Amino acid sequence: MAIMTAPSATTPIRPAPPTVSRRGRKLRDNLTGHAFLLGAVFCFALFMWFPMIRGIVMSFQRTRRGETTWVGWDNYTRIIADPSFWTAWKNTFLFTALALVVGYVLPFFVAILLNELRHAKGYLRILVYLPVMLPPASALFLFKYYAYDPSEAGLFNAILKALHLPTSEWMQSPTMTIPAMVIASTWMNLGSAVLIYLASLQNIPGELYEAAELDGAGVWRRIWNVTIPQTRLILALLAMLQIVATMQLFIEPLILANGAGTQDSATSVAYLIYQHGFFQNDLNGAAALGVIMLIVLAAFSAVYVRLTTKQD
Amino acid sequence: MSHPRYRKAAALALAAGLGFSLAACSTKSSDDSGTDASGKVTITVDCQPVGAQKELLANWNADVAEFEKQNPDISIKSVSVGEQCNNPPDFTARLAGGTMTDVFYGYMTDLQQVLDSGQAADITAAVSKDTIPTWDSVDPALKEVFTDGGKLYAIPVKNYSMGLVYNKALFKKAGLDAENPPKTWAEVRTAAKKIAGLGGGVAGFSEYSAGNTGGWHFTAEIYSQGGKVLSEDGKKAAFNDAAGKQVLQNLKDMRYGDNSMGSRQLLQWGDLLTNAGAGKVGMFIGAPDATQAIVSQFQGKYSDWAMGPMPGQDGPAKGTLGGGEGYFFKKGLSEAQIKAGLKWIAYQKLTPGKGQLDYVRAKPQNYPVGLPQPLLFANGTEAQKQELELRKANANVDTANFKVFEDNPVPIVGEPRNAQAIYAVLDSAMSGVLTNPNANIDSLLKTAEEKVNQLQAAGS
Repeated sequence: MAIMTAPSATTPIRPAPPTVSRRGRKLRDNLTGHAFLLGAVFCFALFMWFPMIRGIVMSFQRTRRGETTWVGWDNYTRIIADPSFWTAWKNTFLFTALALVVGYVLPFFVAILLNELRHAKGYLRILVYLPVMLPPASALFLFKYYAYDPSEAGLFNAILKALHLPTSEWMQSPTMTIPAMVIASTWMNLGSAVLIYLASLQNIPGELYEAAELDGAGVWRRIWNVTIPQTRLILALLAMLQIVATMQLFIEPLILANGAGTQDSATSVAYLIYQHGFFQNDLNGAAALGVIMLIVLAAFSAVYVRLTTKQD
Repeated sequence: MSHPRYRKAAALALAAGLGFSLAACSTKSSDDSGTDASGKVTITVDCQPVGAQKELLANWNADVAEFEKQNPDISIKSVSVGEQCNNPPDFTARLAGGTMTDVFYGYMTDLQQVLDSGQAADITAAVSKDTIPTWDSVDPALKEVFTDGGKLYAIPVKNYSMGLVYNKALFKKAGLDAENPPKTWAEVRTAAKKIAGLGGGVAGFSEYSAGNTGGWHFTAEIYSQGGKVLSEDGKKAAFNDAAGKQVLQNLKDMRYGDNSMGSRQLLQWGDLLTNAGAGKVGMFIGAPDATQAIVSQFQGKYSDWAMGPMPGQDGPAKGTLGGGEGYFFKKGLSEAQIKAGLKWIAYQKLTPGKGQLDYVRAKPQNYPVGLPQPLLFANGTEAQKQELELRKANANVDTANFKVFEDNPVPIVGEPRNAQAIYAVLDSAMSGVLTNPNANIDSLLKTAEEKVNQLQAAGS
């Protein structure tokens, strides 16, 4: 029988099992998860990260006659000197701002209205969501040829005329181009935002409204003091998504304005990237513009993360 | 197999399968010599007609079969790339992605872009009467378009020049002489006013201003004024002058002075031809094959359409835009592949009575014979005579409709270097005068000039 003795002071204390093996065990335990993850990581690497890194590298290069040379910041200075650069940013920011005002606020109120309804709720929800199911290109062609026809036969002009209001040239008028794109874009995307808001509104405990009502709060007070604080995170998330999505404005100018529109009034940054890359045979310039856009969008995302983290 | 094990195996299989399938995608299908297992020289060729173009596709396939029968050592693999064959962005994407076929189609304006991508083979030494029997008859001006630094990079297979396309039916309805189309811009203006007066949303004259087509037509119209788009050395814009102003002034006068251009502007290629097919356009600037598109794609009738020469300002036009297309050869092809490709191009595109010039076959099909193009062979050459005789003998469109165009030839001027990029810039000047009654022509041209100068500086 072995005599059990207490370890002497000189006996080295048995070290804890090496971390590696613990890690190894963890890895083994999660092998299935990791294996599934591997496929996703591989796809992301191949189709997202690699092209992104390749794009950044390309933005510092120039290819002529099959020879690729390193040109430093040359593509960037060239792109910034292009007169269309600032026009594109101005148009993009204007579109984003207008889309935020209209396309962000409107669905919120539509969602509140739908939430308040007692009858035909599901039916109306489907109606609101219906435009989202239409392929964007088809929806935009409808606007282009039917609603925005600049003659008096156009849907919107016919309505304006019936109301004895002045008609518009719509996409042919440089001042109307961006508002017209915002209207079409809002119509196409309203349904998705409404559904997200609705889901969020339905999570607000009814007691909060009851308490507010007992305190004598009217409709606006209830929205301001209960609804908005309770949906704060969703509101912030949708604002962020809206900014990121609207800043990548592309399909609207491409279809509604056949590209740049009247005197560059529809040129967006994303369209300018397409223009440089595929019409001007300037893929390096397009890559530089893409990197600039990436930085701007990353900055917006950082602000969002900062704001939501602070609030939490 | 237990459930977790099953899941683990499935996940590994998924990951491995994905990796293998992606690896398989990147594997080259043929070896570098371009010969297949049976020792045949294999080449891939694009622009095989798409499935919807049944007769054209059947013709293509018949040509491939016949060619392979005549050349048992060559195998042609046809690739249909849809829009790539007439859509600059698609073409650029494929070029950038390195997915062009061995023998690939391109516009005459594409030479610099293809050279910049480093994907074109120098075929100078390979081209001769041995590989292309009609080579000596091909118009030297067309060969020049695909030549850079004394080296030939592509074989021209189609050529066009622009004129005034007009709707005879609308001319007659408006009381105009349908056999005597306008020859000056002033006459165009008068005729456009009368046609627009018919009402019903008919535009007397229609013009592009989007999708690069506005700049393309600005170029054609400034050539008619005797002007240029670029300076001789190709480094500076040369359109901000009296000729350029006159082009825009003509359009502005018709659009807002006479209200004869319809209300819908920002038109690009398909938009204008859709309106034309619907009988809503009296006149427009175009090449003879525009009528073909109106009929085959936009439900128009050949009998309605005729062509006159490009209008001049006060007399005959001083020039007109000419352009076209050709086939490039991918760098890295073996000598045998280049030779095989040239033989195929010679057979399918440049032999009177064969391929695209097989008018006997095309006559009963919904494909026009008798249009004054392609202008491939130089005047007086044997191939030109043969092609012309065959074309006249088998015409299925009324050649009289193109007689005024053919009888009044206008000097052809090629497209400027970096054409597509310049056209994109000039779209803005065109859309300016067509959508803004208060457009300042001087300012539009100045802005476009600055942009083009910048483009040319960046590209040099």
